[in-house]
Order: sequence, then structure tokens, then C-alpha cells
Amino acid sequence: MAEQRGPLPGLPGRRRFLGYLVAAPTLAVAVDWTSGLTAAPEARASVPTLPQPEQIFDLGDMQDLAASPTSGLITVVVGSDGTASFAVPRAEVGQGMTTAMAMMVAEELDLPLAQVTITLADARPELLFNQMTGGSNSMRSMYTPVRTAAAIARQQLIAAAAAQWGVSAAQVTTADGVLTGPAGQTATYGQLAAAAAATSATAVTVTLKPPSSFTILGTAQTRIDAADIVTGRKRFTMDLQVTGALPAMVARPPTINGTVVSVNNEAAVLAMPGVTDVAVLPHGVAIRAATFGQCIDAIQVINVTWGAGTADGQSDASVEATLRASLPPLAPAPPLSSSVTGSFFFAFNSNTPLEPDCAIANVTASSAEIWAPLKTPIVAQSQIAAALGLPAGAVTVHVTQGGGSFGRHLFHDAALEAALASQAMGKPVKLCWSRTDTFRQGRTHPMCISQVRASYLLGNVVAYQQLHTSVQTDFGHGLGDVVTATAAELPVTGLALSQTIFDLTQSSPYNFGVTSQSLNEVSLGFNTGSMRNIYSPNVVCAQELIVDRLAGAMGQDPVRFRLAFLQDSRMLAVLNAAAAAGPWGRPMPAGTAQGIAVHSEYQAAIAVLAEIDCTAATVNRTVANGVTGPRVTRVIVVVDPGFAINPRGLEAQMIGGVQDGIAMALTSSLHIAGGLPLEGSWDNYFYTREWNVPLDVQVIIMPATSDSPSGAGELGVAPAMAAVACAYARATGTMPTRFPINHDAALAFTPLPAEPSTPQSPTDGLSFTF
Amino acid sequence: MPTHTFILNGDQVSVDCDDDVRLLWVLRDLLGVTGPKYGCALDVCKACTSHINGKAFNPCSVRVSDIQPADEITTIEGLPATVGADLHPMQRAWLDFDVAQCGYCQPGQIMAAVALVEQVAAEGRTITDADLDTLRNICRCGTYPRIREAIKAGAQSM
Repeated sequence: MAEQRGPLPGLPGRRRFLGYLVAAPTLAVAVDWTSGLTAAPEARASVPTLPQPEQIFDLGDMQDLAASPTSGLITVVVGSDGTASFAVPRAEVGQGMTTAMAMMVAEELDLPLAQVTITLADARPELLFNQMTGGSNSMRSMYTPVRTAAAIARQQLIAAAAAQWGVSAAQVTTADGVLTGPAGQTATYGQLAAAAAATSATAVTVTLKPPSSFTILGTAQTRIDAADIVTGRKRFTMDLQVTGALPAMVARPPTINGTVVSVNNEAAVLAMPGVTDVAVLPHGVAIRAATFGQCIDAIQVINVTWGAGTADGQSDASVEATLRASLPPLAPAPPLSSSVTGSFFFAFNSNTPLEPDCAIANVTASSAEIWAPLKTPIVAQSQIAAALGLPAGAVTVHVTQGGGSFGRHLFHDAALEAALASQAMGKPVKLCWSRTDTFRQGRTHPMCISQVRASYLLGNVVAYQQLHTSVQTDFGHGLGDVVTATAAELPVTGLALSQTIFDLTQSSPYNFGVTSQSLNEVSLGFNTGSMRNIYSPNVVCAQELIVDRLAGAMGQDPVRFRLAFLQDSRMLAVLNAAAAAGPWGRPMPAGTAQGIAVHSEYQAAIAVLAEIDCTAATVNRTVANGVTGPRVTRVIVVVDPGFAINPRGLEAQMIGGVQDGIAMALTSSLHIAGGLPLEGSWDNYFYTREWNVPLDVQVIIMPATSDSPSGAGELGVAPAMAAVACAYARATGTMPTRFPINHDAALAFTPLPAEPSTPQSPTDGLSFTF
Repeated sequence: MPTHTFILNGDQVSVDCDDDVRLLWVLRDLLGVTGPKYGCALDVCKACTSHINGKAFNPCSVRVSDIQPADEITTIEGLPATVGADLHPMQRAWLDFDVAQCGYCQPGQIMAAVALVEQVAAEGRTITDADLDTLRNICRCGTYPRIREAIKAGAQSM
């Protein structure tokens, strides 16, 4: 969105923002996006460490800049029922984006939050780079444009009322969706929505409310879909009723990305109860039936000859050996300095949400309609169209509410399969991956090794080097547009893009002299992708463990050491607050300890203090079909988000990030054997469960340090993982170097067979009622 | 094809399907009751938790033929009716604590919470952290701390 600078009559110094009245039956205001371009932060005065790329220009800025040339508009509409509606070109996957958008509209319109409707826009290719949900960027990029559209809508309603009442606009006030005139005249927004509508496109400028006038933004609000959720009314993809879209599941190969050589008993499968169709897909055989249960039945029976996959024969050991063979050497320590070094191993993780990958597709000879929770719907539209042999314009992509994402929905794997199955069958399908599919064939956060050397001399840290070597992370979605997605598919460009994303997301927050962090990737045929917070959990975990070591080597307390070397005042503030809330250093029984870690990303600052119980009584708890181990008992998160749009939602993101960090440090990983992950259920892949949840989690939100929000959806994961690892090191006296800490122990479960790819459901559920 | 009949959220229902079909698919795919979610169909994730005759169970792991005509099946859609209000006290607590993030697990979480609180109450106790530790429902968004707060608060009103 264009912004007019310079003094304006009566409003010296106040920025005015530009939008457009759009011809429509009722009031409609459109803005474009470029005002979402956040100002590049000034390079911090960090001597002697030079700023790393992330500090000058981070991933969110890159996305913002990519969005600059977009001419596509987003539109807020005020209806004759007095509600405001906005189809947001983003995905809602639990992060609270829709609630925050509703708050922005309500604030600038002076409308009750309940009268704002936020829907998810279909794929809009004209928005170019502007329809990607990722990088914790939504709040940052949409904060100004959405408020501008709402503010112009309010301005137009006031003008319409003033004209109707024969008064000046300055004499009309607004509150709770009602306009009031000087003689007590009143009108609802709904009554004037038509009168305020434009008959031709008109450019309009407006000033936005100063934060000191906010009554909704910055206040704690409950999710706008909370009532629908607790009553079961919220509809996810699998809950949608599309005529004729019967359930479909896929029989899959016993190795990652295996192929179909032949289906050997198709007639027998088609004769099974409920089964209607069978279709060969690139990496499996889709079965359509009256119920998902009958799809699962058919997967037990189907006989397929499978071809090779892309990671056949690979195991944890072989992948780790490949990474170790690729490790670059650390630079030698500067002359006369002493060093602390570490090499940290991180196993594969799964980014699957609780909702299995699911999509509905209705493909005909000339068109296709897709429903799926997509964070890059433009890329999905383009690539699905290409796979179907249809022009992109013939493919309509509806973005549905996602039951979590954690990176999974940056890709459209299930939507592509649903489209191909529907095309082959000539019928609509509702295709859902089984739980086992999601772990074994779904995307992963790749195995990696982070090497660190920190060198110190005469009380100063003079050099910090971190070499991060990883199985390649697939960024095939690019920046959500067709151009960069295409470029990312080229092997060389793909590696360059991941290097770019690493550089834009990683930076050391410390004044550690000559500092470098670099990425070295190995392509190995695994299905990978971003997982919440991408590289940061591993990089920061390794960094903070080494910082604790450095503090010890230099004879300093970990908190005092960090306070001495942190570059940024916001970081110092969150660390001080966390240490005070602990308090840091309080007496702890033997076998228990505190750990503390800091992180800066998405223009936010955060510190996490964790307390862990590693006593035998706790570690040796038994839970049927589960793992116990150490329990994190208490967590304090102190976050400076710049400006917290919805403190309640921000707190929720921090709480969730803490559970992720605990899982990554202690319990959750994939074990690769024979070209396939062994994990096939949530009783194999040990995400944090109730018995390991901290009983005391406190989130402290710092007073606003900015007028703009920073990113928060992923922010908590890295420092939580690091704080837990640091606490574990202190409680046990041994610095962990392999994560999660239980990864090398004997498997805590019996793996499900590789075939059938989806196991049959139990029948003894009535034996476990309570 | 056999006909199966049972009481669903207070109404007698009949459905024609094979004996082996798990109740979850009868509810979701044949009757269109989508509050109970599919998260694994392995009786692990507990996203489909509903009640049978007032007790928590997972319909993904029960054949429809094992449900008797007099059995009362309650899904999240039928929960408020148990107290004759728009919302059950546990649902109200979920709103008060703004528990949900994506919301996919939450119908199952609420149904499990209600059953656990009732079980503990039947034992003449109030709910403890040790009781909450026994819940197996997965929340991949990690809302557990708010779930625990909400269950304790909801229990006060039940």
C-alpha cells in the first residue's frame, strides 16, 4: 500500500495510509499490501561483532519485500447486517491468526469483535508472494493494511452519516457499530452500509488510531472460533460434506516414496464391502469406499508389487555416517585463546499435526475444485493444475481450517494425491492419510549435526563458530508463489534457498567477537520440510549448551555471563525478568536443576527458564505404552513481542512452543530403519503427553517496546528446547550431545509392520472405558 | 446388510452397514456426526473420545455390532443435553481459559475430561494432578497447561 509522507493539513507528522473504495452494493474498502513492508531494523551497535544477516534483514523482511510488487488487493466489506467481513489470504492452523485479524478490523471500525467475520481466501494467484503462511510473518505483514481498510470503512460510514444528517463529519462519533450525530441521531453500520458504498473506485487516505487509543488491540481476547470448537461445530477438511466425495485412503509402499509396479488383486479389492474404486498414484494405490474404515479394510487385503523408493536401505546409522562424512572442519581457535567445543546430534522429527493430511478433490475433464488446509495455496493450485494437465485458472483451491500445521501444510501432498485420485476415478474423493502414513511417508524435520567452537581470551569471547550440517530441508514451496517455488525445485537453487533461509533466520545474540554460523546440507531422498521454528531449535540448543560451558570455563554464573555478553537491551530485559521470576539460582534438590536460554528471532526477544526433575523416582515412572524420563516441572517464559496484539493468544503460542521444546529435547524423534521411519502412531512418536507436562508454566509478556507486532507462532520452541537441555545438563552433571536424550535407548515400542501400510483398527475399545 | 440401532445424543438411530465397521465411521461417514475426530483409529490419540452410557470410550476401536440398541452414545454434539444447558460446565471452562488452539483434539479432550471428573467424583475425591497425568489425549498444539486449569475449574461447576 502506498504511504504518503510529509505533513498533512491538521495532522503534522501523522502518517496517512491509502486505500480504495470499491464499487459494490455495500461499503467495500480495498488496500494493497506494500505498507506491510516492515522497516528494516537498524544495525545494532554491536562492537566488535558485526551484525549477521538475520539482524539486518530477516526472513519476515524477505517475505515483505517479496510482497512489494503485488498489485492484488484485500478487501473489507461492511454488510447491510452491520457485520464486517474479510477473506484473509492466510491459513488458520491454530495460531490464532483469524482472531488477531478480527481484532484489527474491530479496533479501527469501532465494531464489536463478534460482528467481524474472518474467512480464509481461496488461492489468489494475482497476490503473487502474498499468500504464504509461514515464517511467523502474518501479523507483521498484515497489521497495517488490514487496519487501514477498516479505518477507511469507518471514515466512509461517518461521511455517509454526516451527509444524511446534514452535519460535518467531525460531529459524528462511532462506537460498537453505531454512528451518533450531534442531535442524538443514530444509525447502525448496517443501515448506512449501502449509502456508504462507492459507485466507482476512489482513492482515499486515512490515519490510523494511535496505540494509546486502542480498546481491543493489545487486550486479551478469546479465540473467535472457541465456541465452535468446544461444541464440535468447527469444520475441518474431513468434516466437510462435498457431494459425492466419498472417503479414500492410500495403500503405501514399505519404503519412503516407493512406487507401484503392479496391483495384483484389484478385482478382489473392488469386491470388498463399500469399496467403489481403486487408482494407482505415483507412490501408492488409492482406494475409495463408503467409509474410511472400509478403506482401511481394503488396505489389509490389497496386494501390490512395489518398486524402489528414494531412501531404500537408509537407516539412522547410515544417515548419520553420511552427515559425519560431510562435516566441514571447524576453524582453528585464534592464537593464545582457549576453546570450548561441542558437536550435537539431532534425530529426525515428524512435523505431523494431529489432523492427518486430508484434502477433498472434485476433478472433471475441464476443471478441478480442491479443499485443503494450505499455507501456500497459489503453489498448490499451479502444481496441481500441471499434474492434472489443466490450466491453473481451471483449478479452484479453497483453503480450509487446519487442525495444526507445524510446517506440514506448507506443502500440498494430500491435495495433489486427492486430485490425481479424483481424476483417475472420475469421481470426487475425500482423501485422508492414515496416522501411520503421516509419520512414515510424511515430511520430516531432518537429522542434523551442529558443531560449535567458542574461543575466549583474557575474559573476552573472541570467536564463535557454528557449523550446521543437515539432511536437506525441502523449501519447494518457495515464498508461496509460482516463481520461487519453481526455482526451489531446481537442486542447486533449492540448496541456495535453504542457505538463504538459514542466513535470514539464524544469528547469535551475543558479542562473541568474530561470529559465523553456516549451513551445510546433504540431499538424501527423504521427505523433509520446515518444522515449527525450522533450524532454530537445534542451532539455539547447541549454542546455549556451549554458552553454559563457556560461562563455566570462564568461572561465571550462566545468567551473569549472558548479561555480560548479550548485545541487545530487549534481550537483557527478558533475561533479567526471567532470572528474577525464577528466581535464578534458588536452591533445588539433588537431581533437579534450572536451565536458562535466550533467543531472538522474528524481531522478538525471549528468555525461558526451565526446571527439570531427573531423580530416579521421576525418571523411572511407568506409563503403559508411553515414555516417561525426566519431567520438566516448571517453566517461565518472558517474551518481548514488540507489541502483543492479543496477549492471550501470544501466551497460548508460548505455552505450545514450550511443549514442543520439551518433546524435542527429551522424547520425540523418528528412528529410520530399512528406508522407513519405525514410528507409526502417537504411542511411538512421543510428543509431550500429560504425564510429562510441567505443572507450572508462567508466561510473562513485557510492556510494548514497539508499535508493531513481531512474529510469535514459532518463537518459543527454540529457547524452550535449549533451556530444558541446559537444565538437564546441570541436573545430571552431563551435557547431552544427542537429541532427544532418549533417542539411542532401546525402542520404547514395537514397530507396526511396514505392510500393510496402515494397520487394522482394534475392536476392543469397550474394554477401556472410564 | 444388517441394521444397527442405538441411542445417539438422545435420539434412537438406525443405520445399515456391515458389522465390522467401527463406530467412528458410522458416526462420521454414515450419520454425518463429525464432532468425534479421526486422529489415528488405533485407540491411541483419543481425538474421537465420546461417551457410552456415560463412560468415555473411543469409537474408532469398537465395531458397530458391539453397540446394543439400548446403548446411549454421546458425542460432543450431545454433551450439553446432559445438563439441559447450552454448554456443559466443562465447555464453559474451556471458553473461560481459551484452551483451544487449532481445536482438532478439543472435543475429545472435553469428553475425556468430563468422564475423568465424574469418575474421580464417584470415588469421593477431587481431581488431582496425578489424575490429570492419566489422560492420554494428544494435543499437538501443546495446550495441556490450559487443559489442566480448565478441568480443575470445570470440575468445580459439575
